[in-house]
Amino acid sequence: MDIIVLVKFVPDLVEDLEIDAQSGLLDRSFLRLIPNELDEHALEEALLLKERHGGTVTVITVDTGDVDESLYTAAAKGVDRLIKITGEGFDQGVTNQALAVIFQSVMGDMAFDLILTGTQAVDDLDGFVGAMLAERMGLPYVGYVTRVEAENGTMVARKEYPGGLNADIEVRQPAVLGIQAAEKPPRYVVTSKVMEAMRSATIDEIEAPETPIGGSLPVSRMSVPETGAHAEMIEGTLEQIAEAVANRLREQGILA
Amino acid sequence: MSVMTSHEFLDKVIRATPDGEHIRRCLQCGTCSGVCPYGFAMDHPPRSLIAALRADDWQGVLESDTIWLCVSCFACASVCPVQIPLTRGLLSALKTEMLVGGSIPPELQTALGNSRRYGNPMGESPRKRADWAKDFTIPVPVLANHKDPVDVLWFVGDYGSYHPRVQSVSKAMAKVLHALHVTFGILGPEENSDGDTQAFTGEWGLFELLARKNIKAMTKYSFREIITGDPHAFNALKHEYPRLGFDRPVRHYTQFLFERIDQLRRLFKNPLSMRVTYHDPCYLGRANENNIYEEPRRLIEAIPGVELVEMSHNRALSLCCGGGGGGMWLDGFSWEKAHARTTEWRIKEAIAVGADVLAVACSYETPRFEDAVKSTGNEGKLMVRDIAELLAEALFG
Repeated sequence: MDIIVLVKFVPDLVEDLEIDAQSGLLDRSFLRLIPNELDEHALEEALLLKERHGGTVTVITVDTGDVDESLYTAAAKGVDRLIKITGEGFDQGVTNQALAVIFQSVMGDMAFDLILTGTQAVDDLDGFVGAMLAERMGLPYVGYVTRVEAENGTMVARKEYPGGLNADIEVRQPAVLGIQAAEKPPRYVVTSKVMEAMRSATIDEIEAPETPIGGSLPVSRMSVPETGAHAEMIEGTLEQIAEAVANRLREQGILA
Repeated sequence: MSVMTSHEFLDKVIRATPDGEHIRRCLQCGTCSGVCPYGFAMDHPPRSLIAALRADDWQGVLESDTIWLCVSCFACASVCPVQIPLTRGLLSALKTEMLVGGSIPPELQTALGNSRRYGNPMGESPRKRADWAKDFTIPVPVLANHKDPVDVLWFVGDYGSYHPRVQSVSKAMAKVLHALHVTFGILGPEENSDGDTQAFTGEWGLFELLARKNIKAMTKYSFREIITGDPHAFNALKHEYPRLGFDRPVRHYTQFLFERIDQLRRLFKNPLSMRVTYHDPCYLGRANENNIYEEPRRLIEAIPGVELVEMSHNRALSLCCGGGGGGMWLDGFSWEKAHARTTEWRIKEAIAVGADVLAVACSYETPRFEDAVKSTGNEGKLMVRDIAELLAEALFG
């Protein structure tokens, strides 16, 4: 089974996020980027499928900065091919609409049975890339997948629903799956293997087609979540706070 | 699945470890397993591990995960009658094979992943490494912003930089250095984890990555010697960094301060009427025969009013706090496998000798032992203090 894993890089929340006063967008000057967690799960699921069924795993990412080390780490884990898509202005981020267009054009003449990506990413939380890509490519899409089984030419994806419900959905290949969680947590690969991959693996650089990277939905303003106007912060010692809460509950008639 | 055999593994360890060939001399006496703090809970404590390898049961060895109970405390290595390099050689090499094979407890994986990405096991922002010293009453210069050469490069370490409890120890240390008019500086955001404990989890590649970053930073500055409050950093800087071409004088702060003990005596203002017992950190004592046993004790005794008492496990027989070898990041795993905490045994020893204070000299130990004071129900009966904190208290009240 030949699998393509799409990885996007998102801000690492270990650093405080700041909004650039001029542009009204995320200040990217101190930003560290990290592979989206669910994309790491997609990669793990791909590696598990490769271990079970053979084939190859290709990782494709868009070069928004800081991506090489993670690509070499993927190679050390067992990925066969690394592709980095470069393009002007990518260091300022690429919207999900543009990502779908870019990924599609790069995969144009590649042979594959399955495309895996994280169901969503922590930056936008909209979960669009997989679905938009599948729509553009005329492929089936299932999101929130926690398990993939492939046997005798059929593939079953387990989709997670709210409330503890699961559905096993038969999907024809090739398909796009949005991974919610791999069957096992993403593996650790020792540093010496990553270093070895840095020496031996190559990253194929492909230039992106001319695509408006802003997409069709311009961001007018970003803001950090603000304290709601109706919230009152009660301050003081534990006893004072408890007393104030109890008084408020009495006023509301909730406590006698 | 490993394609190696037991004998290939043993050959590899023997080739890669100084005195590695001593493994062939193992007489199966079992002293190692007896002295191992977690030997009772391991499928293969050292003696049994060597027996299993000799019997070519490599798969059996790999199927057990109890090697992760090994806290790299050097107890086994220090008692071995034929001087087998168990801790630095055999046990850390087996951990490497476990890591390569993907058998790694999740909590340890998190710490190693954080160390690789952020340069500290907690996953804190590297940019905030010197934040503990901001707005502190004593100036703690970060060398990158400091023009003058310093006498002392103070390697603060991960816990001294980020752990709220151990930050207090760092502040006490800064006060003591200041009182002695020592010119010092820290690396701040340029400092990475020393990598010693990562190495003893078998992640030697990660150790090298971290060490090379520290070496690159330290090479930029002019200083006479390095001091550190973290015995693991001390051990790495003294014994492992020279292999990577960085061989500068390094001392644990207790050695550095012992040299200035008369100066300290003149400055002490505040007698501490306390009965103090001292816990020897493995990496100041047994590890690599560092044998720093007397300097910490002399410093404690120099404090007016203090009475030093010894616990039954002292000096080379000290009982590990359980934080070494990755134990610091395996609390859940160790509890699940062994249902015991070495720190609790230690607290009971300190209580048994009637100590008011358990003095320590390692960055792992104040939080570990304070937790154990609480979990053994001894809160209010025993205080845990780093020696630097006792000295600062005697100097400044």
